[in-house]
This record gives sequence, C-alpha cells and structure tokens, in this order.
Amino acid sequence: MSWKMHKENMNSTRIIKPVKKIPGSVHPPYKKELARNAPIKNVSSMEAHFHISMSQHLGAPAKPIVKKGDTVLRGQKIGEASGFISANVHSPVTGKVIDINEEQTLSGAYASSIIVEASDSEKWGVLMPELDWESASPQQIITRVADGGITGMGGAGFPTHVKLSPPKEKAIDTVIINGAECEPYLTADFRLMLEEPENIKNGALIIRKTLNAKRVIIAIEDNKPEAIRVMEEALKNCDENVFIAVLPTAYPHGAEKQLIYALTGREVPSGGLPMDVGALVENVGTAAAIFNAVAKGIPLVERIVTVTGEAVAIPLNLRVKIGTSFAALLNVCGGTKSKSTKLIAGGPMMGITQTSINSSYTTKTTSGLLLLPDNMISTYSSDPCISCGRCVEACPMHLMPCELSILLEAEDITGAEALNVLDCIECGCCAYSCPSHRPLVQHMRAGKAAIMLKRKQQKNTEKK
Amino acid sequence: MSIIETTVIVFGTTGIACGALLAIASRVFAIKEDPRIGKVCELLPGANCGGCGYAGCADYAKAIIMNDAPINLCTVGGAETVKKLSTFLGKTAEAAERKVAIVLCRGDEANAPKNSIYNGIVDCSAANLVSGGNKKCRYGCLGYGSCARVCPTGAIEIKDGIAVVHPELCIGCGACVKVCPRKIIKLIPASRKLHVFCSSLDKGPAVKKVCKVGCIGCSLCSKLAPDNAIVMSGALAVVDYSKNIDDEKATILEQKCPGKCIRKT
Repeated sequence: MSWKMHKENMNSTRIIKPVKKIPGSVHPPYKKELARNAPIKNVSSMEAHFHISMSQHLGAPAKPIVKKGDTVLRGQKIGEASGFISANVHSPVTGKVIDINEEQTLSGAYASSIIVEASDSEKWGVLMPELDWESASPQQIITRVADGGITGMGGAGFPTHVKLSPPKEKAIDTVIINGAECEPYLTADFRLMLEEPENIKNGALIIRKTLNAKRVIIAIEDNKPEAIRVMEEALKNCDENVFIAVLPTAYPHGAEKQLIYALTGREVPSGGLPMDVGALVENVGTAAAIFNAVAKGIPLVERIVTVTGEAVAIPLNLRVKIGTSFAALLNVCGGTKSKSTKLIAGGPMMGITQTSINSSYTTKTTSGLLLLPDNMISTYSSDPCISCGRCVEACPMHLMPCELSILLEAEDITGAEALNVLDCIECGCCAYSCPSHRPLVQHMRAGKAAIMLKRKQQKNTEKK
Repeated sequence: MSIIETTVIVFGTTGIACGALLAIASRVFAIKEDPRIGKVCELLPGANCGGCGYAGCADYAKAIIMNDAPINLCTVGGAETVKKLSTFLGKTAEAAERKVAIVLCRGDEANAPKNSIYNGIVDCSAANLVSGGNKKCRYGCLGYGSCARVCPTGAIEIKDGIAVVHPELCIGCGACVKVCPRKIIKLIPASRKLHVFCSSLDKGPAVKKVCKVGCIGCSLCSKLAPDNAIVMSGALAVVDYSKNIDDEKATILEQKCPGKCIRKT
C-alpha cells in the first residue's frame, strides 16, 4: 500500500494527527527494509540450555524459588518478585534446573541466572485459568499482570503491574499504545502490529478498563503505513474513543515523554512520571503480553526479536523464548555474511553493545539483535566542543548536552545537576549530531550515576 | 577653587570617613577565634589532602581545638606532626603508623586480557558503566587512571594497563580508595611488605579463564603463613595486615603461590 492511498484514509475519524511537534529529534536512516518483510518465525527447541536472568526488569531482581536439580514446567514461576518494583520470572521451557549462577546481564551488571536444560520446549505446564477480562475487576487484572511477570517490552522493562496501579489522586485519562518503533533497523513491533493486531487491541482495552481511562491512542510512525492500515481494520468494532495517531517519522518519537507531548500536548514535569499528567504509555508488545496473561493465563516467556544488520545473512523477526542465547538466534538467521565485531542488543541508538555473542541471552526487553559489519564501524577520538549548538537543537528534552559534557568532564557534578542532567533520557540524539564526536551520552550516564550515588550517600549519612 | 583643590578635599574627606567606618566595623563586628587554631594549622603539613577525614588542614585544626578531635589523624605528617602537636597542646597520643595505598591487582595487559575495544571517556567509573568494563575479569583494575588523577602527590602510575602506587610518594590520604569503582585499592601500614595482589572473589577455574596471575583460592598460603597472617575470604586469600610476616617466611610464600599473585614489595 502506498503512502498516497494511505493519505486518503486520513479522512477516517479513527486516525488522528499529533497535536504538537516534539522538540529536537534527529533523522537517522531507517534501515528497516532489511527485516520488515520477514514474517514472525517461531523458533522452537533450537538449543538445550536456557539462561534465564532474574534481572530482566527495572528494579529489584527476582528471587529464584527453584533449586538446582528441580524439574520445572513451561510457564512455571521460577523467580519471585522481591520488592514493590520487581517482577516475576517464569520458565520458558519444561526441563531441569542444572545450575543457578551469577551471570552478567545485557547491561553489564551481575545478577543470578537460572540455567534450565530443556526436555520439552512447547508443552505448557499448569497455567492460570482463562479469564473473561470484560467482566473482571481491575484488581483481578492487576493481579494477573503481576503473576504473569509482565514488564514493559520497549526497552526499560518497568514492571507493568506497578504502572497499572497508580495512586488514587493520579487519575489517568489517556492510554497510549506505543507502536512508533523509532529505533532504526528494528521491526519487531511492526511485525507484531501486522500479525497480531487483535491481541494488541484487546490488551489496550484491558489497560483502559483497569485504569478507567477515557481514550486509547495507538501511536504509529508514518513510515509503517501497512501497520496503520491493519490496526485500523482491527479497531473497526471499537467505540469512538480508540484512535490511531500517525506520527511523522523522527527519532525519538517512541520515547515515553516525547510521545505524550506529541499526542496530548502535556509535558511530564522534571523528575515526574507520565501519571502526573494523566497518561500511561505501554509498548505494543506489552499490550499483547497483557492480553495473553489476563485472558489466556499465559505468562511472559517469549517475545519478538528482530535479528538484523548488514552483517546478518538473512535478517528475520523471530518469536524467541527468553533465555535463548544470541548465538542460537544468529544461527537461525544463517549466521553472518561478513566479518562483524559490533554486536548490539537493541537498536543502534539506544541498544547496549555486547562483548560476546555466546554469553548474552534474550530477556523480556531484547527487541533486537543488531550485527554491523566491520566496514560500517568507524572509531573516533573525542575532540573539544566547538559550541556549534547542534546537540542543543537535537535534544528532545531541552537540555544543553554541550554545556553538560564540559561540566561533567571537569567533574562538576553540582553544576550538571543544576542544568538538569537527570532529565536526560539517553536517547543519543546529541551524540548522533555532534561533529566533534564527543561521547555525550556516556558523559550524561556517568554524571547521572555519580549524582545518584551522591544522593544515596547523603541519604545514608542522614539516616545515621 | 581650582579643580585640583576640590578633588583633593572631596576624596580626602571620603577617604577619612571610610577609614573611620572601617575602624569602627572592625571593632564592632570582630569575630573572636581561638588563636590556637591558627598555630595548630601552622604545625600541620598543609597538604590539604583530606586524609584525616576533614575538609583540609584548617578544618582539622579547628576540629582539634573545638571538638577535641584526636591529634594522630594526619597521615602526611606522621609521627613528627603528632610530636609537635602534643608538645604544643599538652596532649599525648600514640602516633598512628604511616599508611600507604596499594592496588590489589597484577592483571596487566599481558596477564589479564580485555574482552572488547573501549574508546569512550578515559575514566574508570565511566568505563565501568559500559557493559561492566572491558576487562574479562570483573574485579581487576581497569587502568583508565581515575585514581592517578585524584592523587595529590602523583604517586600513582598507570603501567602496562594497571595502576601501581609508588609507596615512597604516597601520603595515605585515601582519595584513590574513594574514587576506584572496583574498590580494589586499600590503605595498609607502610611497614607491611607482603601482599596478595588479587581481589577476585570468583572460584579458581573462573579466575584462571580471565587472568594468569589471579588468586585461585587454593588456600596454601593461609596454611603456610604464621599466626593466621593470611586468611581465606571465600575463594580469595586476604592478608591480615595487623600481623607481621617476617622476610624469610614472605619469600617462601611468594615462591609457593601457584597463582603467582603473592608478591613482596
């Protein structure tokens, strides 16, 4: 379907336009054509060992509740949430626990990891009974979501049941389902929208019902006209408060705060959460996972991963069980066609570079696996800031990355804090546009970590 | 009157008036400070390193007089400063032994390989945030010199990719201990010469995979060392610096260590 035909459809009342243009933003090449036409492929039992990390979400890692030698069933809870902001973890396969080890997570930290040797990868164990979500109470739904170990699947991995239970005084009126997928290369959300629009729609309606919100907006960038058409078709029988917003293609439209601003014109206050402005953003993958957990009783044990990049022989979208090694995913895609030393979990803008393909495993938040050939990788050394201001123009958070990086280079943490470095969303627009190749995002990250450490120490001394 | 006379009169009177004001202000708003604080400050070495736990020499001097802080906290001055302070203040205190920093890692470029190329910010804390640092060993020295940069005396050198402290220059202020993201720099008594140069808590086989000179946790040294001077903390041998190991024993321990991580300095 061409863009022109799609334009004609814009007359439909279902399709709305964003009310604001987001500040900043950049336009990296999409590179989505590599994998956009590959239908989601189920990958079944391609390897024996699954390494299931207990820290796949934001917040406290889950606590393993199985022992070495135990038999676990597919869908059985093996890690229990260990705090308010934490999430359950379930076994993606039936098999035996052969070890529980400390392993490096994708972000480089260490957390316990349960290693399961699979004997049967398809047969489900005991699942939660099916539930008619339309007559269920919000509390029932939230319990289901928590039991199913649902976390945000866009990247940060915030436990969903926490988002679904906002304090009473924060009424949420707008539920935004994020199908923007503004990261270059990735097509996992795009394929999901094409192939499972019903699940996404139902998930969205479940969220709306739970929060007693008024409207649902499914946000999709205009470089995915097929997805817009399919979602529109799926929403045919919905009431008039379910919309599809067509966003102009720009990075980072899929970032939570930017998306809320574009669609509602409301700005999330500094240090605040979307609920402060009456909005909630969930990824399309999360919406589908919520539907599976609430209606069908299936916990979150698999997700769609785009294995892509110019170095991959056949870029594909795969339905992958969590805990599968990256090497196995690459095998399904026919390995590499050219030498590649750059391996990224996620997209090129915000993904995390991995050191080894053999010791990295899929988690609930792995949206892509990107391999870039060596001839596409250039290394730079950082030059001094020339004060051109391109990063200031590009920053979607109205920050001044140039000033911040200079302050942080001089280890002036207080100065950086005064210039709101903590509001940085680490989208990478500044570093992408910097002609001096300054590692701006790294400066921000290091600075944010230093400030958080300082605050923690202050808190500790106050306690004493 | 000529311009010159007017100017002289106007500025002269203003000057005298301001002078008088200042003279009155200095009487009225005078802050009385214990004169001993200044004297004590003069007796301190003036390195302003913060090793005593106060913001600098002046702050420490104030704490000695006002809050009765112990007089043996200055690591730079050592015994000499304590002696001077005790004669001036009439207090007695045991001089603390001079302390020096030591980096408990020998995993240089040849011994402990890296797992990736890192070309970001040259700072250990920043490097440690990128996928947990680019050294295969998760405990070893990253070698980006954050400790060397904060050292007030330039006592730390980055040699073959790891930090090495020159004890003769070290004043024991502990600035490097605070800044190290991997927490492998320790302050030890300067007289102790035998060290286990490894901080890895991993078990033997895991250590062997990532470093040629790591502690494999064989516990041989803890059996050989006199008076439990080396104890096992999990799979890592740790020297108990409160106990002395004589030179002869130290040589034996150095030779016997199969992990080659026990070394004399």
